[in-house]
Amino acid sequence: MEMEMEIRVDRDRCAGSSLCVSYLPDVFDQSDDDGKVLLRTAEPGADAAQAVRGVVTRCPTGAITVRARDAQEVRDA
Amino acid sequence: MPKSLKAPDQAPLVETVVPGTSDRAWIANGYDEVRAILSDTRFSTTPPAETAEASRRLVQPGNLLQYDPPEHTRLRKMLTGEFTLRRVRTLEPLVEGIVEDRLDALEGAGQPVDLVGQFVWPTASLTGCAMLGIPRDDQTELTRHLDNNRLDNPDREQRDMAGTAYLVYLGKLMRQKRRDPGDDLLGRLIRDHGRSLTEAELTGTAATLLASLIPITGGTLGLGLVGLLENPDQLALLVERPELIDHAVEEVIRSVTIIPHASPRTAKEDVAIGDQVIKAGDFVACSLLEANGARPPGEPQDTLDITRDNSGHMAFGHGLHYCLGASLARMELRAAISRLLRRFPKVRLAVPRDELRFTAKSVETLPVTW
Ligand code: HEM
Ligand code: HEM
Ligand code: SF4
Repeated sequence: MEMEMEIRVDRDRCAGSSLCVSYLPDVFDQSDDDGKVLLRTAEPGADAAQAVRGVVTRCPTGAITVRARDAQEVRDA
Repeated sequence: MPKSLKAPDQAPLVETVVPGTSDRAWIANGYDEVRAILSDTRFSTTPPAETAEASRRLVQPGNLLQYDPPEHTRLRKMLTGEFTLRRVRTLEPLVEGIVEDRLDALEGAGQPVDLVGQFVWPTASLTGCAMLGIPRDDQTELTRHLDNNRLDNPDREQRDMAGTAYLVYLGKLMRQKRRDPGDDLLGRLIRDHGRSLTEAELTGTAATLLASLIPITGGTLGLGLVGLLENPDQLALLVERPELIDHAVEEVIRSVTIIPHASPRTAKEDVAIGDQVIKAGDFVACSLLEANGARPPGEPQDTLDITRDNSGHMAFGHGLHYCLGASLARMELRAAISRLLRRFPKVRLAVPRDELRFTAKSVETLPVTW
């Protein structure tokens, strides 16, 4: 079973590659000014978990991280 | 790093010396090793020198590939807004129009036709010049300079003269844009950041972008078409299932890997990669070609598979120097390849495959019929 997750992006690291935005436009966006990543949602839900992890490993600068909310947190939510 | 440096075998990370010196160097061929090195900021792309200050003075102004943070961050941020996915989508109709015009011209010219001269270079240079705001009248001259300046041009004198003429042209263009910045990438760069950029930085930025737009993207299109034409089953599959185009474009980019080695890196401190240690001061050449399992120009493209999952390929590099123009290049290749196949679904080589001649980054001519 996929766990709930929370996404964080480090805009200092982001190189504006557009990779995340092209794979998952519902989750990631890009600033028109500096081309860097913006989040549409930090908690895209369990369905998106695998796709998000794919993007995390492909991001050229390691600017995206995910934290699985542990079972306790999910139960409490 | 000298071009003659070659891996003695294809081990993932090979220790060697820079020929003619005692400087230690490494060649990374393995996917994991290349990925680790390119994403590690303990490696520098600034030309090495005695002191950090001397090293910074060796940087070719405007060539992002040679800057380290924080200067790299400063310069790259001025350009990233021009290459977002949204911006690239707004440019798509322009590129599609250029492609359709060329296809009309091909149809009018009759068969056989040289796809490289009549389709590949015109598409790449018209797109590049439109983006950068380079007048149509200047394009023939510019593409001739670029062509004569190829690293593998045996005529040294012609090469040097072309290089000088190219930089003189771009310098003049940038001075003119300072006076009258148009609504193009370079004009907007001057309007928004002109005061914090030197003339040399502006000219170097234009040189980098133009070289990426014409020889690099055009070279990929030409070599990619060779790959498709010599794999008729793959070409037929794409004609039958046009929805595979994005996959096919990505596979073309991987199979060509037009920049075979990433810019040379120097270790700023000792770095362990696997169980080997790259020492401070060592050079590293990362083979994108080997890491991607690609074949150099002219070798049979026997790895082309437009349905493969190649999503982690490194033809655009990896890490903070990841190609700035990747989305644009994808869009241009998609427009060119999908529209060519829609217009000429039966396109095929008009000469035997082994008569094709290649340069370091392109195919010289590509005669086809349909
Ligand atoms: C198929 C076409 C292209 C390929 C395969 C390609 C490949 C690459 C690679 C491998 C790098 C990184 C090299 C390294 O780390 O040493 C790179 C960097 C770069 N590319 Fe591209 N490129 C392409 C098209 C373009 C286009 C169309 C543009 C712009 C209009 C562009 C602009 C740049 C710039 C500015 C850099 C330097 C980025 C930096 O240092 O931060 N490229 N490209
Ligand atoms: C300020 C000066 C210049 C800068 C910053 C610059 C930058 C670049 C960059 C970043 C690339 C692509 C990446 C790569 O292969 O690693 C490139 C390729 C290229 N440049 Fe330049 N360039 C400059 C001057 C010139 C001049 C004077 C010419 C001559 C016409 C030229 C012709 C080319 C060509 C033909 C390529 C394609 C690659 C090849 O054939 O190996 N460049 N340049
Ligand atoms: S994939 Fe990484 S570097 Fe590219 S835009 Fe997204 S966060 Fe930035």
